[in-house]
Amino acid sequence: MSGKNQTMFFNNNPRIISGMSVVGKREGEGPLGKYFDEVVLDAKCGEKTFEKGEQQMFHKVILGAIEKANLTPHDIEVLLAGDLLNQLVSSSYVARELPVSYLGLYNACSTMTECLALGASLVDGGRFNKIACATGSHFATAERQYRYPLEYGCQRPPYSQWTATAAGCSILSSDGDGPAITHATLGRVVDYGINDLNNMGAAMAPAALDTLLAVLTDTGMDVSDFDAIFTGDLGRLGAEILRDLAREQGIKLGQSYSDCGEMLFVREQNCYCGGSGAGCSAAVLNSFILRKMNEGEYNRVLLLATGALMSPTTSYQGETIPCVSHGVILENVL
Amino acid sequence: MSEEWKSEGVIRRNDRYSKYVKAITPRTGMFTSMMKAFAIGGLTCLIGEGIGDIISLSFPDLSTDMVGAYTSMILVTVAILFTGLGFYDVIARHGGAGSFLPITGFANAMSSAALEFKSEGLIFGTSSKLFNVVGPVVVNGVVWSTLAGIIRYLIMLFTV
Repeated sequence: MSGKNQTMFFNNNPRIISGMSVVGKREGEGPLGKYFDEVVLDAKCGEKTFEKGEQQMFHKVILGAIEKANLTPHDIEVLLAGDLLNQLVSSSYVARELPVSYLGLYNACSTMTECLALGASLVDGGRFNKIACATGSHFATAERQYRYPLEYGCQRPPYSQWTATAAGCSILSSDGDGPAITHATLGRVVDYGINDLNNMGAAMAPAALDTLLAVLTDTGMDVSDFDAIFTGDLGRLGAEILRDLAREQGIKLGQSYSDCGEMLFVREQNCYCGGSGAGCSAAVLNSFILRKMNEGEYNRVLLLATGALMSPTTSYQGETIPCVSHGVILENVL
Repeated sequence: MSEEWKSEGVIRRNDRYSKYVKAITPRTGMFTSMMKAFAIGGLTCLIGEGIGDIISLSFPDLSTDMVGAYTSMILVTVAILFTGLGFYDVIARHGGAGSFLPITGFANAMSSAALEFKSEGLIFGTSSKLFNVVGPVVVNGVVWSTLAGIIRYLIMLFTV
């Protein structure tokens, strides 16, 4: 929290008029499996490489969301998209096949809420009225970029996380039905000096706290004003840390708080502390959260996606992990 | 850069946080890990000894060195096969040091890199990334054995 106002208030109701999620096999077998629109069983989606497979998944999710909104790609004005790969290849290669303006965004795993915040402000300002926000990640492509070859036998500590093979896309517009984005809080980069690449949850939890405090101060709302609060991919350990950090600030995150990464897998799936990746919060938002909001079970939801902004190079050079979290408030309004 | 970032207060906050994180982060059980590594590493060696015995019984004329070489070749081939079939990493997840210390671990590291980077072509993919994981092992192997050789030479020089 910076003492400055970090929150945008939207008065013209930019809404999520449709959402689509596509996930991999392991994610489909998890507890949220039945909420996802599509589960791809082949990690390469029938393509030759994992990178192409990720693009295929990305393509599917964007076209699917557009179709669900009863639109065609020609109706969409801007695509805001991001992924985890260097030079944002997945997003950009998919964008070359679409007749839309394109902004590639990178905030690691918090990219989805970054896209939503920017998309909502474009719609709210009346500049554009049909915007697609999409992010995705793929276990195999992230693994080769950030860690080791897939078949290399190495042990991971129990607190590490599993990059989710998942993608999600939301279509924003001020006409149509669906939950409105009422506020978006742009996070600051926070670094509490964690340098263990496997302990992303611990690195990102302070960023989530910082943005949570900013949301509460700027909007004057209280934790109890939300039906649910979700963080992006802190994992089981990170979520526990966030609860502790919040308690220290006098905020009790009770039953209404969950973490998308933690929800994605059960312990028996050998995914350590849970899922992570840019597609993690995107897929959960566009399946579980959106469905629960459309069914009326949730009326006001805070989504705080969190991202760790390091690269393997900076980590090997001994740098700590800077993290950021952007928050959006979704609300069922008339 | 502003002074606020890396001020004394921030350093104190970070110290406090890292102590807290250290306390709350679950660790791998040392005893179970060691037992598993012992079992899987030991089993690998036992199988190796078995293969060696079978070879020397089948071909009594072979020298001990040759038996050793054939045994290593068989173990390496099996490890590469397991890597390609996709279950070496599952064994290694349990085996830890027990599965990467023996020669099979080296075979796995090289073949997994070869498989992984095949998609970038034979030159820029497989060839240039083949030693991606095992590079440090090779470099350190050469450097430290050279050093050991020099030390041994010096000792011999003064004692003999």
